[in-house]
This record gives sequence, C-alpha cells and structure tokens, in this order.
Amino acid sequence: MAMAALRREGRRFAAPIISPQPLNPFRSSISSAEDQAFLGVRSISTQIVRNRMKSVKNIQKITKAMKMVAASKLRAIQTRAENSRGLWQPFTALLGDTPSVDVKKNVIVTISSDKGLCGGINSTSVKISRALHKLNSGPEKESKYVVLGEKAKAQLVRDSKQNIELCITELQKNPLNYTQVSVLADDILKNVEYDALRIVFNKFQSVVSFVPTAATVLSPEAVEREAESGGKLGELDNYEIEGGETKSEVLQNLTEFQFSCVMFNAVLENACSEQGARMSAMDSSSRNAGDMLDRLTLTYNRTRQASITTELTEIISGASALEG
Amino acid sequence: MTPRPPTPSTIPSKLTVNLVLPYDSLLSAKEVDMVIVPATTGQMGVLPGHVATIAELKPGVLTVHEGNEVKKYFLSSGFAFIHANSVADIMAVEATPLDQIDSSLVQKGLTEFTQKLNAASTDVEKAEAQIGVDVHSALNAALTG
Repeated sequence: MAMAALRREGRRFAAPIISPQPLNPFRSSISSAEDQAFLGVRSISTQIVRNRMKSVKNIQKITKAMKMVAASKLRAIQTRAENSRGLWQPFTALLGDTPSVDVKKNVIVTISSDKGLCGGINSTSVKISRALHKLNSGPEKESKYVVLGEKAKAQLVRDSKQNIELCITELQKNPLNYTQVSVLADDILKNVEYDALRIVFNKFQSVVSFVPTAATVLSPEAVEREAESGGKLGELDNYEIEGGETKSEVLQNLTEFQFSCVMFNAVLENACSEQGARMSAMDSSSRNAGDMLDRLTLTYNRTRQASITTELTEIISGASALEG
Repeated sequence: MTPRPPTPSTIPSKLTVNLVLPYDSLLSAKEVDMVIVPATTGQMGVLPGHVATIAELKPGVLTVHEGNEVKKYFLSSGFAFIHANSVADIMAVEATPLDQIDSSLVQKGLTEFTQKLNAASTDVEKAEAQIGVDVHSALNAALTG
C-alpha cells in the first residue's frame, strides 16, 4: 500500500539494488531528472513528463484556436482585397509601373503587420526594402523609408534608423477603409519629399502563397521627365487634359490619387497575406505540438512501466532474500 | 493584369467602360454606346473613337447609355481616362445609383453646410464647408435635373 502511494507520488527512498542500466536512455531525454538524483531515485518522475504533456496540449489548443481566428479574419478581408484590385489597374494602364526608373529621391514604403506569429512575410518585406535601398543609394541618389507596422519598424530601426522618415503603427485597429488610407497617403505626401515612391508589400495569391511585390508611383515631375524621354509614358502627351488650369496641376492630382489607390490595395493585400501566413504558421505549430505530445506519451508510458517493473523486482528479490 | 487591346485602325462600334471604386468594380469591361462623365469643365460625352483624354471629375452624375437603357450614378469625384482604343476607365471614390439617394437628407446636408460655410473662420474650415456645399448642390441638381 505504502509503496503504491509512494510510487504515485513518483518518489522513492529505497537505495537502488539493481543497476540502473535500462533507465539511462530516459535520463538523457528529460534533463530535470537530475534534481531528483540526490534522493537516490533512479527513475524519472512521471510527474514531470505529465506536466510537460499538459503544457504541450494547451499550446496545441491555443494554436488551433489562433488558426481558426486567422481563417475567419482572412475570409472577411479577402473579398475586399479582391474587389480593390480593379482600382490600380487603370493607372498602370495609363502610366505603367516602372520599378527600374532612375530618380534622385526614392522613398520606400514598407508595409508590415503589427502582430507577430505570422511566418516569414515581414522578414521578406524588410529584405526586399533593404535591397531596394541598396540599389537606389549612390552618389546622386538617396532613399528613405516610411514604415507601416511594428514588425518592420523593429527590424529596420536596428541598422537604418537615420533613414526612416515616418513610422505608422496600429493600422488595423479599426477595419481598413479607404478614408483612413487616403489620410495616411496625404500625410506621407505632405511630409516626405520624393521623386518615386516604392511600396513594398506581400501580394496575396492564395492561402499558401504570398508574393513580395514592389509597386512604383512617380511624382508629377518624374512623370513629365519620363514622358519626355519616351517609352511607356511617351504616349502620355497624346492625351488631352480636361480640367484644371495647367497640365501639371492635373498630373499632381492624378499622382496623388494613384498613390492612395495603390496604397489601399497594398494594405489590404498585405493584411490578407498576414492572416494566411498566420494560418499556416499556427497549423504547422499545432501539428508540431501533436508530434511532441505523441513522443512524450511514449516516454511517459515507458517511464511508468519501468518504475513498476523496478518496484516489482525489488519486492520479489527482497522476498526471495528473506526466504532463502 | 490583363493587357489592354491595341488601338484599332477603324473606330469600333462600342465603348468599353470600367467603373472602379475602392470597394468594388461596378462596371468591368462593359460594352456600351455612350457615357457622359461629370468633368470639372462640365458634362463630357464620350463615344467610341473619342480622342485620348485624362479628365478630372467633380461630384456629379455619370450616365451610361446602352441601347435603350440609361443608367445614372452619382460620383463623388475622381478621374476618367479615355484611351485611344475606346476603353474608358472611370475611377471614383464613391458611386451610387441615383434611386438610392434620399432627397430630404440632401436638403438637410445642403442647409447644414451652407451654415457652416457662413460661420467658418479659418481657411481649412472654409474649404471643408465649401466642399460640402459643392457636393450637396450637385446631389440636389442630380435629383431634380
């Protein structure tokens, strides 16, 4: 009886008679057995393994719930992102998207998430932003950052702090809408001098695939310059301008409108990518927790059986020593 | 993005219209006979074969003529691009069909913004009130005219 009670508690105080060979493999896998060694216990306490199993199971439940939440948020925002895709296409049809444009003042707008646990999308955005920065820095060119979202801010502040012009966080506190994004775009256009704005975001292709994209919006002066030099924008002169007194006034309104439309689409696509990435990250995390739980269950059973066997052999050998 | 068709040598019979808003594409590659857009310089009629134009829009009514049906939308301003290949892109921030607009609310808004305009002191307030007055009078004209 007493022995059974002691076994349940996972504690033993009888000195080991039989050598602990069969139990050694377990010692290496669970390190917390050492703190029980001084009591003369040679088996790993099942209590520790049980605690571990409980915490892993809880983690599995939490990550499964997070995956469901991300899936429902994704459903809500995906239709809006797809509907907003028509918004920037007329601008690209007219003005083209020329990432290879060579201008003096580049501003890189990096869009990222505020919350973590969303896989690698923020790191890829930051990597692309850094590459664009390097490509566009030189003797006559310079590039600055405008950062949206906490995660990119944390990564870029480490080495490019002096190049960051503006930092905007908590974008998704209220559901995303065009008014909020146009106010944001207005803010950026007023406070930052630019010849070209390069917006870096993750385009949502499907629940498992997100493509890092850079959309380029030129300032009205840059548009005029490119139109003179020919190429896609060379046909811009063929267009009659209605409204406004001068062509440059209309071009200014046009580029500002283009920037807010492209930003709106970019922010929505990035939000979709964030939810999709979070879904797959949480899914692999739950699967991982499930595997760990299986392994721990096996260890637990082995430990339990080993301690029962040890006890039995001790009792039997004790009894046989008394008789014989 | 699907590539746009090249400029045809003869004037096509129909105009292809895309009406896009931030939230939705109301008309997407729709073949129509004529559209009338509310440009800042006045109502502009667009037929197939119209010269390539970039038009800035003011709040007003967009009319789409297709065969015998005429559909009217109130636009909150934006831009219209008419390309040489008879494709018209109209980008607006808001567009509602005229039958969904409540005239009593329009009147109320108009009086409210006229009052604000009279009481405005700073330039910013004046500009905001002026915008409100412009939009509401355009709405009023759209409903009555």
